[in-house]
Amino acid sequence: MNPIILYSALILAGLGAILAMVLYLVANKFKVEEDPRIDEVESVLPGANCGGCGYPGCRGFADAFVKSDNPSAMFCPVGGNKAMEAAAAIMGLSIAAKEPQVAVVRCAGSPAKRPRTAVYDSAPSCKLAATLFAGDTGCPFGCLGLGDCVRACKFDAIGIAPTTLLPVVDEERCTACGACSTACPKQVIEIRKKGAKGRRVFVSCINRDKGGVARKACGAACIGCGKCAKVCPFGAITVEQNLAYISFEQCKACRKCVSECPTGAIHEVNFPARKPTEAPAEAVSTTA
Amino acid sequence: MSLRTFKKGGVHPPEQKLSADRPIEQLALPPKVIIPLSQHIGAPATIMVAKGDHVRVGQLIAQSGGFVSANIHASASGTVESVEPVADGTGYRRPAITIAVAGDEWMEGIDRSPTLAHDPGLAPNDILARIAEAGIVGLGGATFPTHVKLTIPTGKQANILIINAVECEPYLTSDPRVMLERGPEIMEGIALLMRAIGVSRAVVGIENNKPDAIAHLEQLAHERSGVEVQPLRVKYPQGGEKMLIKAIMGREVPSGGLPIDVGAVVVNVGTALAVYEAVLKRKPMVERVVTVTGKSLQRPSNFMVRIGTPVSALIEAAGGLPNDTGKIISGGPMMGKALLSTDVAVTKGTSGIVVLPQPEALKQKPQTCIRCARCVSACPLGLEPYLFARLSQHGRFADMEVERVMDCMECGSCFYTCPARVSLLDYIKLGKNEVGALIRARNAKK
Repeated sequence: MNPIILYSALILAGLGAILAMVLYLVANKFKVEEDPRIDEVESVLPGANCGGCGYPGCRGFADAFVKSDNPSAMFCPVGGNKAMEAAAAIMGLSIAAKEPQVAVVRCAGSPAKRPRTAVYDSAPSCKLAATLFAGDTGCPFGCLGLGDCVRACKFDAIGIAPTTLLPVVDEERCTACGACSTACPKQVIEIRKKGAKGRRVFVSCINRDKGGVARKACGAACIGCGKCAKVCPFGAITVEQNLAYISFEQCKACRKCVSECPTGAIHEVNFPARKPTEAPAEAVSTTA
Repeated sequence: MSLRTFKKGGVHPPEQKLSADRPIEQLALPPKVIIPLSQHIGAPATIMVAKGDHVRVGQLIAQSGGFVSANIHASASGTVESVEPVADGTGYRRPAITIAVAGDEWMEGIDRSPTLAHDPGLAPNDILARIAEAGIVGLGGATFPTHVKLTIPTGKQANILIINAVECEPYLTSDPRVMLERGPEIMEGIALLMRAIGVSRAVVGIENNKPDAIAHLEQLAHERSGVEVQPLRVKYPQGGEKMLIKAIMGREVPSGGLPIDVGAVVVNVGTALAVYEAVLKRKPMVERVVTVTGKSLQRPSNFMVRIGTPVSALIEAAGGLPNDTGKIISGGPMMGKALLSTDVAVTKGTSGIVVLPQPEALKQKPQTCIRCARCVSACPLGLEPYLFARLSQHGRFADMEVERVMDCMECGSCFYTCPARVSLLDYIKLGKNEVGALIRARNAKK
């Protein structure tokens, strides 16, 4: 045999053996002890790595969950109660179920209701537009319609409707991770409880201008007249800075405010069509 | 006499100085003035009047709200109609004072006669106090409070006063008009400024496309010691103070630094006039010269306008809004901001109103960046605009700070040269906004 080949093979084999020893010793010396439950918790999480929980991906959440003193305060909006139950079982805990939530668009300023007063000609980004000006309509609060929320959504659950130019949330797909809400520079999108059978009532406007100014800018604006707050039997509605807000906790979804609102700014969703004779009291009993 | 300029970057847009030959006209008082509380960089001023109060011209109606802030005075006499927020040029509502104008009654002690006053030998501190009292801010457009600029920080020393009479923005002509019509007053103002910061040398930088202003000021400068006029080659953005320092002194202001770091204080020529009026005539900043111009405008003009006059009144006086209007810009076409409405008021920083006709007003559809690096060669500060746009698109604002986005002065040369029409400057503005928030958050933590 050619001695060059022999020597080469021997030297390489020797090197391999020595380095393997080194690797083995180093691996033993610097071994990282990791809680095996982190892997288990991660495996029951959805793996979307959306960041909706506030941690860097599902691994980050699992790590924090296992090490947390108060894991019941943490929640994975995507996996929902199912994932949280499984994760809690791994830890030998039980966690109270959370009510499902959904992203709610609080602007109804379609072109028909809210005439355009200017033309925006820069890059299509809400965040960018909001640093340059208040918006291409008379309302400085409402949706800009350039789709930052759509780009932020990892679940394809939100899109801009071609006629209203406003975002529409697909309730089935929405996981309430809050990415759209964070991406929106105008804070138009609120993460709100879904309600029994998905039935809920909310004010679809965030305009804080005085009534006259808001009304002039947008036909669908809340003008802060306070009629809803007066008619609400449960004290669920507060009017602050010319804007009404319905507290989900106190609202019994009686829908009295919906018909009272002069501008139609209060929206009801997923309710069956109203019967002409339906008494509001019945609505309370069925949905409360 | 050689022509100086800054070396790196810059562009040369068509000059379009349509109103260069129109003398400054006094604009009639509007029925109502709207005076925003934040007409300067820094903290907004604090309201000192209430609804229904009677005010006179020159009366202090809002007091400086911090060290970097400026006093605000009533620019018209009448009754305070409201102290509610009013939409500014961007459409956002900002605190403002609205005055229903009645008559033209000035405060006592303000000398409105045209006779030239001479410096009685005031101490530097007195000069600064009078400037601060009068609410003088930089009239070039950045509206930095002048008394703050003139207060030299301990440990630093000023060697030279640079008077910025470049007016490098296309269309605008208010500075050359002021120089031609108020030359002697400007010279008095320069002398006051030199005393205030303790320098013996002042250089007036003027671009070579204003030969009449150069000749006029050179003649006046001969009579004074220490004042010289430096003609400059026409190049945008020479009116940026860092560029002007580079052109005149050949020195570069360090990144994140101020002109005082190289021993210079830069003051706009219009501000020098305002300083003269404030110190020797005790006249607060209640009016300024505004160029109203545009190709299809009937009568492009230069107006002396009271602060708070609605833009619509200026456009009316210049012949009315043309039918083909596509955009109304407050400031010059390069750095100015498009207005959402003509109800917006003239503020201390409004150097001009440019009315652009329809076809050229709108941005063309952006194409994909082809990495030609024209923006890099055009940037006078040696930054990389294409990189900022990419980082901004991806929300990587911390990286933008590392790339020194805060050095950008938003001159718009990058966007002007971009063959793909990418909205570089808008992305940079977003980045600066976000980086500013990052820096504030960091400072708050400390």
